[in-house]
Amino acid sequence: MNNIVYVALVSLYAIFVRWCISLNTYSGAGKKPMFGDYEAQRHWMEISYNLPVHSWYTNSSVNNLLYWGLDYPPLTAYHSWICGFLSQKINPEWVKLNTSRGYERYEHKLFMRYTVLFADVVLFFPVIFLIFKQMKIGETQMIKAAMLTLMYPGLILIDHGHFQYNCISLGLMLFGVLFLSQGRDLLGSIAFCLALNYKQMELYHALPFFCYLLGICFRSQNQNGFFRLIKIGLAVITTFVFCWLPFLSSVESAIQVLHRLFPFARGLYEDKVANVWCTLSLVIKLKNILTTDHIILLCLVSTLVMLLPSSLDLLIRPSIQRFKLALINSSLVFFLFSFQVHEKSILIPAIVVCLQINKEPFWCVWFGVLSTFSMLPLLIKDGLTTAFIGCTLLYIILSLTLYDLVQYTGWKKSLQKLMFSMSILGMAVLTIGSLTVKPPVHLPDLFPVLVSAYSCVHFVIFLFYFHYRQFTLANDRVDEVVLKKKMS
Amino acid sequence: METWWMVVGIVTCTKLLLFPSYKSTDFDVHRNWLAITHSLPISKWYYEDTSEWTLDYPPFFAWLEYLLSQIAQFFDPEMLKVENVDYRSDATVLFQRLSVVLTDFIYIYAVKEFCTKCIKLQRKDDNNSDIFTSPYLILTSLLICNAGLMIVDHIHFQYNGFLFGLLLLSITRLYEGRNIEGALWFAALLNFKHIYLYVAPAYFVYLLRCYCFKSDGVAAKISWRTFSFTRIIMLGFVVISVFCLSFGPFMLMDQLPQVLSRLFPFKRGLCHAYWAPNFYALYNVVDKAATLFCKKYNLLNISDRGSAMMTGGLVQEFQHTVLPSISPLVTLILTGLSILPAVLHLWVYPKGPKSFLRCLILCGFGSYMFAWHVHEKAILIITIPFSLLVLDKKRDAQLFLILSTVAHYSLFPLIFTKAETVIKICMVLLYTVYSFYSVGNIYRIPWTLTQLPLCSTIETLYLLGIVPLEIYNSIINPGLGLDQRLPFIPLMLTSVYCAIGIMYCWIKFYILTFQEKMPKSHRE
Repeated sequence: MNNIVYVALVSLYAIFVRWCISLNTYSGAGKKPMFGDYEAQRHWMEISYNLPVHSWYTNSSVNNLLYWGLDYPPLTAYHSWICGFLSQKINPEWVKLNTSRGYERYEHKLFMRYTVLFADVVLFFPVIFLIFKQMKIGETQMIKAAMLTLMYPGLILIDHGHFQYNCISLGLMLFGVLFLSQGRDLLGSIAFCLALNYKQMELYHALPFFCYLLGICFRSQNQNGFFRLIKIGLAVITTFVFCWLPFLSSVESAIQVLHRLFPFARGLYEDKVANVWCTLSLVIKLKNILTTDHIILLCLVSTLVMLLPSSLDLLIRPSIQRFKLALINSSLVFFLFSFQVHEKSILIPAIVVCLQINKEPFWCVWFGVLSTFSMLPLLIKDGLTTAFIGCTLLYIILSLTLYDLVQYTGWKKSLQKLMFSMSILGMAVLTIGSLTVKPPVHLPDLFPVLVSAYSCVHFVIFLFYFHYRQFTLANDRVDEVVLKKKMS
Repeated sequence: METWWMVVGIVTCTKLLLFPSYKSTDFDVHRNWLAITHSLPISKWYYEDTSEWTLDYPPFFAWLEYLLSQIAQFFDPEMLKVENVDYRSDATVLFQRLSVVLTDFIYIYAVKEFCTKCIKLQRKDDNNSDIFTSPYLILTSLLICNAGLMIVDHIHFQYNGFLFGLLLLSITRLYEGRNIEGALWFAALLNFKHIYLYVAPAYFVYLLRCYCFKSDGVAAKISWRTFSFTRIIMLGFVVISVFCLSFGPFMLMDQLPQVLSRLFPFKRGLCHAYWAPNFYALYNVVDKAATLFCKKYNLLNISDRGSAMMTGGLVQEFQHTVLPSISPLVTLILTGLSILPAVLHLWVYPKGPKSFLRCLILCGFGSYMFAWHVHEKAILIITIPFSLLVLDKKRDAQLFLILSTVAHYSLFPLIFTKAETVIKICMVLLYTVYSFYSVGNIYRIPWTLTQLPLCSTIETLYLLGIVPLEIYNSIINPGLGLDQRLPFIPLMLTSVYCAIGIMYCWIKFYILTFQEKMPKSHRE
């Protein structure tokens, strides 16, 4: 009974905070002619509801792809279709073809906010509770970890403030992690494929999934491993075929969708992102030296090289704990080195960092706060400043209440305290600066650049730390449970 | 101790998150008062009427607004212009919301004072830092996180946190035996908001009986020899000088009648737009039912004048059709009668500050039940002092749980905008689940699936009945399209349903209070 009460209280509070954030404005509110992500999602509802499936991704007189053309994989499109269908039932004005562009009303905003809240509560909440329960760390620890993860400000602010459905793709991915740690390879790979088919950004996590499953198959005794691999492969292919079914009628239509999903025509990064390239541009303007093709190649090579160590390690010594760390490392490498990165993509590593909360509260909380801070320019632009401050403070206070952040002893303890307080102080200074100081005329982007560079330095430190963690992980018993289960 | 600060931190951050939520006209009222006190000389404060939201709080509150306006000018000077009626820029919202959050620290301080000085901690509880089991932290959380206060102050917009801080501080001082200070704080409170006059009888009788008579406040019989003239003079001096400080300038300017007419507007109706769930809600419904009954059987010749629906929205005077109509004088008499037994009980069986607190709550109850033009917000005058009783007796704790649940639900119509529905439901549920669970822990009563802790089956059923009621109000009624034709139905149902619960708590609390006549030491 006690646990039901705690779960209820945590969930209620998490819903409460999400809804408070959703009272704020969304991205691009009232900003004609393009608006923002909110309008993009609404536009997809309009397109998917009114047009036949095969024309969703193609440019036509009724589907101008330059105006928020669909550029997410099919599952997002199906989800948009469901929401579009509901919108049509409530008020046909909301999704009327072409005339509904830039529709912004009180009721519509409520509807859109409810769809995000629903997805969050139905998909994301359960997986968070289940995944910590699966870790067998005791009920109190489970509640604590789940609470802090649910209160991670970055995801709340982007999904319920800025407006996106990250909770769905991340939730599906976490279901994948959950199933794999229960030893259910097939379900795990299906869940991850669904995540991938909801948002292509989940590719950041694909390599660890692949390496872990492959490694496990190699490790299996006798012929089992081979059959296991075949089964997983079949599951993956079947899932993809089901998701892509309407677009498989011809090669062109499939190619067209793929082309929409991976637009290499865009720039190296959007706005100011806390990744290596953006920070490097303070010193060297890569855009001026290299052609786009060369930049893409550079990104590709550096990403691959950086991915190698953690992936190979996972492939050779597969275990659940190593898999979770590899998820962090892989997605962080993608964020720091790959081409065309959004500041919001930091959520992808951040959510897997949250899974380490009960083991390394200090590093996770630090990462949580910093990753939220790295999106500050975006949040300020969206009018979410108070929400950002409130949420982040809340997260820090909660983490101090629930966990003893001091991990080390002796000189390390002093160093840790010093680093943490300096880092928080820096963030506070930059936040206040961004809000109050007017930048000089010739440097209009002063604060966004400072925020990005400051965050990037941190992320590089985090990258080293989590690599260090992965490589020094005790060579545990390769998850006897996972292997045995398949043999019996 | 550390956990205590964490609770404060979490609650304060939660308040920050509520900034963009719905603001009632009280927001404009307070902004207008900022403008009036900032830009006009004192002599015009109580005459200004550009906006319909004229200054109708006592002078101390006006001075508070004056102080706030000194800071407000750095946020947005436009908000300090009287002619900018209903001005709501982002900076104005930020400033006003922040001012509520910051003045709330008076309340938090008062809660801390009460919890550290007036609770006797049992056994090893001192080191317990679990907010679900430590009595100290439970009481703190129940007070600081009070859902009603959150709704009224941080969504609807008022400064009740600050005012209740003064009330709690005054109660704490009386508990400590620092009676003069207690009286001082209460006198100051009265000059901030005069609605607290309703609980003044409790103060008057208690101070007279237990302070002015030096008989240590427990003797059953009054011995007139112990009456202390020095004490009553001191008391009188303190109270009167506070009032002089407040009203003095206006008396010098010969404005007292004008100020008083602003403070006590009797032209409003018996009930507020939404009936507060008190005696008159039941009375109105009986009248309504009787009217329908009579109409059906043509028992009475009823003209159409009285058939205007009362919960339609406008504050207006209302004629009852079958039952006799109620005049202000009648409400005054009824209120007096309802308070009288409590006050007499305190006079005859003074049992120290605890009996004073009970009398104060009963005064709050009486005025809420019977006074003229009661706002639903006034329920806080009962629930917040009632929280202080939670740790003492199991039966009080049980009543508190029922009362606070009903009271918070009765505030729902205050926040009627659709966007805030999720917030108010989550907030009240959070508070209710927490209070049932933690208070259940204090008395070591486990949860069962059929019965709420500390409640009987009927009480449980009554409380759970709120769920279908709210589902009807927020889903079925608009779903059937009835919200256009019969918009008052949900309001009426809510106020009648809550009135029954509050009435029940009031009567039961009266009985509990009368049952404890003498302290144990005297009886044995």
